[in-house]
Amino acid sequence: MLRVWVALVLLFLFVPIALIVLYAFNKSNVEGWPPGGLSTKWVTVAWHDPQVRSALFLSLKAGLFATTVALLLGSAAAFGVHRFRFFGREAVSLLLVLPLALPGIITGIALNSAFQWVGLNLSLLTIVIGHATFCIVVVYNNVIARLRRVSDSMYEAAADLGAHGWLTFRTITVPMLSTALLSGALLAFALSFDEVIVTTFTAGAQNTLPLWIFGAIRLGQQLPEVNVVVVAVLIMTVIPVAIAARLAGSGGVARTLA
Amino acid sequence: MRPAPAGAGLSKALARTLWRRPWLRALLTLSPPLAWFVVIYLASLLVMLLTAFWTVNPFTNTLEHTFSTANFTQLFTGTYLAIILRTVVMAAAVTVTDAIVALPFAYFMARVATARTQRLLFTAIMLPLWASYLAKVFAWIVILQKGGVLSWSVQKLGLGAVNIGYTNTAMWIVFCYIWLPFMVVPVFSAIDRIPNSLLEASGDLGARNWRTLRSVLLPLALPGIVAGSIFTFSLTLGDFITPLLIGGTNSQLIGNVIYSNLGTANNLPFAATLAIVPIVIMIVYLTGARALGAFEAL
Repeated sequence: MLRVWVALVLLFLFVPIALIVLYAFNKSNVEGWPPGGLSTKWVTVAWHDPQVRSALFLSLKAGLFATTVALLLGSAAAFGVHRFRFFGREAVSLLLVLPLALPGIITGIALNSAFQWVGLNLSLLTIVIGHATFCIVVVYNNVIARLRRVSDSMYEAAADLGAHGWLTFRTITVPMLSTALLSGALLAFALSFDEVIVTTFTAGAQNTLPLWIFGAIRLGQQLPEVNVVVVAVLIMTVIPVAIAARLAGSGGVARTLA
Repeated sequence: MRPAPAGAGLSKALARTLWRRPWLRALLTLSPPLAWFVVIYLASLLVMLLTAFWTVNPFTNTLEHTFSTANFTQLFTGTYLAIILRTVVMAAAVTVTDAIVALPFAYFMARVATARTQRLLFTAIMLPLWASYLAKVFAWIVILQKGGVLSWSVQKLGLGAVNIGYTNTAMWIVFCYIWLPFMVVPVFSAIDRIPNSLLEASGDLGARNWRTLRSVLLPLALPGIVAGSIFTFSLTLGDFITPLLIGGTNSQLIGNVIYSNLGTANNLPFAATLAIVPIVIMIVYLTGARALGAFEAL
């Protein structure tokens, strides 16, 4: 019974994903079942579509900048919260999770109100601000999980051997954290690359790849291309996660309360 | 003796200063991320709260920065109360369904599966959890549409025709699908942490499987379910993509009403007023979750 249930849940989870991958290679331009033959025609069309290209570049830029900000701020926050006991420490960890735990639309509307208020035009900068806000926690989770596993005796040994703070940081802390930082960065990038809800309110007239997909589906246009593009985004989100899971072990990949 | 370069002396002095003053190190590491969150995130939330009390001038289409509770009066009318109720019912239905689907799965992962299978199943949950949201929604559009996989399979099985595309039922299925991994993970961690001895003790005291499940396993898994429900509930409350793309004309949720107020209606103040609703609901929800021990279990 239990095994049947597990098998059914796995089917439920993976059949839609398998189908959408299959449809990316659909020959026909209608989405009926069964698909009318296989071809890479729409892959070529999507690849040469200038709108898709510019959306892809914007998504890549936003993802890279947001990941950089998240790496710096997320690891700084993890260091602080891990090393020091201070008043409001629990509140800090709660604050960092808030943009993921509260509906994204709230972050979106809040940032949009604030940008309008200070007169900041929606641009790449505002997209990056929005993305970094919810990506920070991903890096934070990965780094703090690793810091908890690094034994204090390592630092003591380094100090006993005469290393000062900076040398210890460079030769002990950074190598111990490198895979956690990498997996945090990969996950932050995946999260940013696929984000649509906050981006809707921070992008203005420009399209990231998810915004292009959303717009095309709403208008019911270019659906064969949408097939290809969603699968491309799917791959761009799944590969970083697969690598991150290998690097970080199960703990860091959770994204939810685990 | 080789003289030390000037830079080394400076960095040593810096290292010494930092080492002697832990509060300075704490300040240096914590202030940039905190500043980001306070200056950008919390301040924006505050501006949003303020914006909810402003209005849009219908003639010039500009924001009027004068205090008014007109938006809240409008919020408490039948139309919007019905939408809020529909959203909460949907979020609750999705949460309950996902909990029921996730429990046996998480139990199998934590208590039955071998270490190898457990790792495989964990990956099998992580991939759809992180896989592109829009890809998942689009997959369901293709499945549920007329002439799609679902209606084709049902017809082949000789069960007549189904047409649930663009309905609340479709929306419920898609929400359950997208948020399911968010429920499985915390429920799995909760069940995984239950010591074997507790289950054995229950058996030794004469409890049958069913009784052990009800009196030992479920109460101990509850904090995990509550932790998962925070995500299933909250993410459903604020979503506007699924209602717009999967739902029909009678499927307006808070999320897509906010969206249309900002987009087509260009009424940011009312969008901000509507956005307060999920915040209030989530505060109530999190307070309840805290009382049930969802945070202690983490």
